[in-house]
Amino acid sequence: MATAAVSAERENYLNKEYGIRSWLLTTDHKRIALLYLVSITFFFFIGGFMALLIRLELLTPAGDLVLADTYNKLFTMHGQIMVFFFLIPSIPATLGNFLIPMMIGAKDLALPRINLLSWYLYIAGGALMLYAMVEGGVDTGWTFYTPLSTAFSNTHVVEAGLAIFIAGFSSILTGLNFVVTVHRMRAPGLTWSRLPLFVWAHYATSVIQLLGTPVIAITLVLVVLERTLHLGIFDPNLGGDPLLFQHLFWFYSHPAVYIMILPAMGVVSEVLACFSRKRIFGYGAVALSSIGIAVIGFIVWAHHMFVAGISLYSALVFSILTYLVGVPSAIKVFNWTATLYKGSISFATPMLYALGFIGLFTIGGLTGLFLASLGLDVHVTDTYFVIAHFHYIMVGGAVMGYMAGLHFWWPKITGRMYPEWWGRLAALIVFIGFNLTFFPQFILGYMGMPRRYWQYPPEFQILNVMSTAGSTILAVGYLLPMVYFMWSLRYGKVVGDNPWGAAGLEWKTSSPPPTFNFDETPEVTWEAYNYDQIPVPKEAWLEQ
Amino acid sequence: MIEHFPLWPPGASSISGNVDALYIFLTLLSLVMTVAIFATILVFVTKYRRREGVDAEQIHGSVPLELAWSIIPMMIFMLIFAWGAVIYFQERTPPRTSAEVYVVAKQWMWKIEHAEGQREINELHVPVGRDVRLIMTSQDVIHSFYVPAFRIKQDVLPGRYTTEWFRATKPGTYHLFCAEYCGTAHSGMIGDIVVMEQSDYEAWMAGGKANGTLASNGADLFQTLGCPTCHRTDSQGRGPNLIGVFGKPVLLEDGRTVMADENYVRESILSPAAKVVNGYKPIMPVFQGLVTDEQLNSLVAYVKSLSQPPAGTQSAAAGTKMGPKE
Repeated sequence: MATAAVSAERENYLNKEYGIRSWLLTTDHKRIALLYLVSITFFFFIGGFMALLIRLELLTPAGDLVLADTYNKLFTMHGQIMVFFFLIPSIPATLGNFLIPMMIGAKDLALPRINLLSWYLYIAGGALMLYAMVEGGVDTGWTFYTPLSTAFSNTHVVEAGLAIFIAGFSSILTGLNFVVTVHRMRAPGLTWSRLPLFVWAHYATSVIQLLGTPVIAITLVLVVLERTLHLGIFDPNLGGDPLLFQHLFWFYSHPAVYIMILPAMGVVSEVLACFSRKRIFGYGAVALSSIGIAVIGFIVWAHHMFVAGISLYSALVFSILTYLVGVPSAIKVFNWTATLYKGSISFATPMLYALGFIGLFTIGGLTGLFLASLGLDVHVTDTYFVIAHFHYIMVGGAVMGYMAGLHFWWPKITGRMYPEWWGRLAALIVFIGFNLTFFPQFILGYMGMPRRYWQYPPEFQILNVMSTAGSTILAVGYLLPMVYFMWSLRYGKVVGDNPWGAAGLEWKTSSPPPTFNFDETPEVTWEAYNYDQIPVPKEAWLEQ
Repeated sequence: MIEHFPLWPPGASSISGNVDALYIFLTLLSLVMTVAIFATILVFVTKYRRREGVDAEQIHGSVPLELAWSIIPMMIFMLIFAWGAVIYFQERTPPRTSAEVYVVAKQWMWKIEHAEGQREINELHVPVGRDVRLIMTSQDVIHSFYVPAFRIKQDVLPGRYTTEWFRATKPGTYHLFCAEYCGTAHSGMIGDIVVMEQSDYEAWMAGGKANGTLASNGADLFQTLGCPTCHRTDSQGRGPNLIGVFGKPVLLEDGRTVMADENYVRESILSPAAKVVNGYKPIMPVFQGLVTDEQLNSLVAYVKSLSQPPAGTQSAAAGTKMGPKE
């Protein structure tokens, strides 16, 4: 451990400067990543608290905990905060920000000041969202469907819409930065076919952010204009078309699902390779499937509208395209599973989350087949089946991936290790709590319980009680890491530069890394995941 | 048997069995796939646990495997797509002889009017075995007419008609839910679909007081609004003769052809200048805001009745043809 002690004393991005100014005016991608980490964690717990209140209300069939209007605001803002202020920035703005320059051997992102600007835009949007919340909230559903949002709701639609508009630019700038960085800043010898899959996944994500986000931004501006100036765009009473809104909204918001899930897939590829000590099976297929998902993901949006009043034939087209986007997702799952074959597998916390991701994403993906099927979607759309499905993707998938990544790179970010046994325990609690919360909702959905119901017929109660019970377990599972991560900042064991014995350039620099990441620009002469050339460390947290 | 499983919704329409069959197939397929993947992972992580002195074997991949696990899922997906599409086709293609019921949704209630003139609120009575087509519109925001027992759902939009249809197969009372979030009392916008034996239904119909059929009310309104001044029953009027127009293609002034369906009639009343019939001038006054959605429904029903054989309405014909089944 002598080397670890030395590396902890080295000058790094954390101890180089102190004081609030050195953080708020930083252009270091690693510090900006931490600014994002703190901010999105804040929003995650606000959104999570709302989710708990929702689940508590649904414990009984009658609407008896909060008022109907309050309930409507809770699920609206739970969705808006979790989607726009947690999930969209989650992995890209924290882990992506922190790691992409290091993974490609660069000193920083290509546009460091733009990177800081994107955080400020996020904070401005988040502040406006909080303002809308404390002023009384929004009750349109996170989907802002018109004409409810433009002509009928008496809540703070304009503030919430503008908040998401502003946060959208933060997302666009992050995407832009990543695209430019990956194209222009790769270290000598780091060809596209040697890039870590984490970088491929983020590249695909960034393209979606760049092309998709402006559409939701414009759409929300149109909502604000119709609401304030009565411009007839979506409201039929003003000569508009409410379905136009849905097309524009989902044109972004479906690909947005891939903004959330692709980075998590990138994390899973890194973690699986490391804890199997193997190159990812079918590297090319996994890399290209990210691009495939990003491209096809743009032409499936109207599968959210099979009962909305679109024509029968356009529904057929969107259904078949939706099945097409299932293929690259299936390819990834099969390749990850095959990666385990003849590996040398150990089960540290990141690996548990990654394996959990594969399982839950598989269930989320398979239930997507139900929803893509036209005849079945008519029955289950807008029911709890949909709620369960997308939480398996977004929480079972994206959040599990985020947790895997946070644990995996925690020693790189902080120079200290989290307590491994607490980590494994929390991962287990999250897995159990998640399934208990959301699996009953598939059955509720097929039984016909519509989403966004404040009160419901008594025959749905048993399943709702199970779901609510699960949500409390899930809450414990998320609070634990919060506590032990904080604890580890002071008391965590100081570790060396590469405690997992992981491949990847980010592990070749010290932990925590110096401000400009590398003392000398590395030259890459090897393929990604060259685990046959990296010794297995004999550290305690890798033993079983 | 499925009906007695407590975690299963009642199935009470001609298509509910088809939807259930696809659901069961997909559930089994998902189960097989999930178990297969979980089991494979479990076997691998057990068999290839890290051991002293045993290194991982570096395998780069396999093109045949990649092809296999792309093409085989693709083929299964296409099968599911086709199956779902066939059911969707059934769901969206009402039989020509369907009885018609008009639905007007508003925050937060369902207003229903039968072709025979009976009105209901948050309840819809239908006989077993009759094809029923709902012609729906909303007075405010988007709602969705969802009957889980029938496995059908259709959003109800302001400013246009959307339709859905069903044939109930089992007497009973079933949930009607609004499935598209519509504001404060969304979860209170519920009702009952009462499916009755034919004889019970006839008794129910006879008990209700209806002031004329929907079409005859529409005919009265047609007179009151002064429509016959231009829409004469010969070819001399300033507006087109409406007899026999409904359900046929109409050539427009700008050369397009549109189908004269409910939405076209509705639009031609509310904003006549939008699609002017070839050979006529855009002189008709705008009725947007002057007629309620219910009045509009009766006018549409009247225009439709002008294209049907004079004896008896469509729905009555359908009713006698069907009779109690099951």
